Amino acid sequence: MKDMSSPPVIEAKGIGLIFQTDDGPVEALKDISLAIGRGEFVSFIGPSGCGKTTFLRAIAALEHPTSGTLTVNGMSPEEARRSRAYGYVFQAAGLYPWRTIAGNVQLPLEIMGFSRAERAERVRKVLDLVDLGGFGKKFPWQLSGGMQQRASIARALAFDADILLMDEPFGALDEIVRDRLNEELLKLWNETGKTIGFVTHSIPEAVYLSTKIVVMSPRPGRIADVIESPLPRERPLDIRDSPEFLEIAHRVREGLRAGHAYD
Amino acid sequence: MKSVLPILTVLFALVLIWYGAAIGLNAQWTRDQAARAGVEVSFSDILSDTLSQARPKLPAPHQVAVELYQSTWDEEVNGRRGIVATGTLSNRSLIYHGWVTLSATMLGFAFGTGLGILLAVGIVHSKAMDMSFMPWAIASQTVPILAIAPMVIVVLASIGIKGLIPKAIIAAYLSFFPVLVGMVKGFRAPDTMQLDLLKTYNASRFGTFWRLRLPSSVPYLFASLKVGIAAALVGTIVGELPAGASAGLGARLLSGSYYGQTIQIWAALLAAAALAAGLVVIVGVIERIVLGRMGMRS
Ligand SMILES: Nc1ncnc2c1ncn2[C@@H]1O[C@H](COP(=O)(O)OP(=O)(O)OP(=O)(O)O)[C@@H](O)[C@H]1O
Ligand SMILES: [Mg+2]
Repeated sequence: MKDMSSPPVIEAKGIGLIFQTDDGPVEALKDISLAIGRGEFVSFIGPSGCGKTTFLRAIAALEHPTSGTLTVNGMSPEEARRSRAYGYVFQAAGLYPWRTIAGNVQLPLEIMGFSRAERAERVRKVLDLVDLGGFGKKFPWQLSGGMQQRASIARALAFDADILLMDEPFGALDEIVRDRLNEELLKLWNETGKTIGFVTHSIPEAVYLSTKIVVMSPRPGRIADVIESPLPRERPLDIRDSPEFLEIAHRVREGLRAGHAYD
Repeated sequence: MKSVLPILTVLFALVLIWYGAAIGLNAQWTRDQAARAGVEVSFSDILSDTLSQARPKLPAPHQVAVELYQSTWDEEVNGRRGIVATGTLSNRSLIYHGWVTLSATMLGFAFGTGLGILLAVGIVHSKAMDMSFMPWAIASQTVPILAIAPMVIVVLASIGIKGLIPKAIIAAYLSFFPVLVGMVKGFRAPDTMQLDLLKTYNASRFGTFWRLRLPSSVPYLFASLKVGIAAALVGTIVGELPAGASAGLGARLLSGSYYGQTIQIWAALLAAAALAAGLVVIVGVIERIVLGRMGMRS
């Protein structure tokens, strides 16, 4: 599905981002250049504080690069946001406790002015997609953490954005739940053909999910390595024991170690 | 049942202390009377006298209870001026005075709450308003209400506004502040992540307010309403104290103290306390219903 001939969906050229803090400037990103093509699944991995979240937020126009150029769908990030180019999934599900699961999922649809009938139809569809078919009428506290996170993914999918940005969406979940959600996320990606940017701390998760792994290093946040994954799109969980998988994982680990050598 | 027992125990202890205090405080007067008359008094004489004086320093609980009964049910049902006899509430009954106070309290509370919420909306959305208005709001509450109330009453009376409105204004003055502070906090309760989420939907300020800030503030609203309604009642009663007011629990308190009617004062005090407790309980019940409907367990 990856199409080399079409222009990149997300393109960063020499991005730098400096936060002005009370203790002086913090250089969160330095000279980041990266192109993400349509339908790619790109993971960002790196030690804490290397700017993964900052980069994802910059794509979402929640932060503003202080140098370089960043385009999303050929537009500026702000314009892309206005054209509803992406859904964003935060580390915490952040569901509104006063809304049911269905109510939470239709929140973006209400804001974007979808009709009532269309909202109901879309909510039903995306809840099915994340396997929460029967849970629309439940309140968030009635669901487990994993189910809440799935609901927040459904919320990001509800309005047909073709980019999905996820910042450690499964970081707070245990490994078993995480494995299942990883599998489901791959399935969902296959079915919808979305472009996904995914931040993680876990090497196996990054290797299992991605078509491209971006290894980052801290202070200032730079790209240490970009690995194109040779793994096929169809990935059963036991692919994680295959030699190819272990080889990529090894390369990611090397990249992380090299990044640390600068400290 | 489990929660009733401790409450009853505390109540019982309070009544006991009250009796003890009544005997102690009123004994001197009994002894003075006896000395003047030149008679000896036994301990049991003192006991019975201290608990049945007409103008005791501290009336005994049963005296206050009898006064409460007489000035409510008895007055209205059996009294010459009562609602049964005349069709209107007697101006000697606590029900009448309580109603006068309650109506001013509710009006002031509604006005104060509305004002508090409106100001909070402004303050949350405008940095300039936050900087310029908040200090004034805080300063307004440091001025003693007892100093302001008579001025409000007198000034308004001079332009012909009397009765309900001036008292309601004082009630609003006291009740807007807790609502303002609580709602500013409530509107600011959503964290960065929740606000960023709405930003990714390109939500307007109004959309953010309506869908996130307002629902988030509901628990804070009820917490401040409970403080606010009690404050409104205090404001109303203070507004009834300056000379001129002839109706309301505050006027009852004042006339009681003019004539040394301590029993009447205490009855009015208890009525005011019961009114305050009732209002807070009602707010609490509404809170539970609303939060329950919203799926939030309080
Ligand atoms: N709003 C901000 N103001 C100031 N500094 C910030 C801000 N946000 C992030 N930073 C700094 O920028 C750097 C990168 O932060 P970022 O959150 O992007 O890291 P991260 O890779 O996501 O880390 P983690 O894996 O812990 O989530 C850090 O040094 C952080 O302290
Ligand atoms: Mg992060």
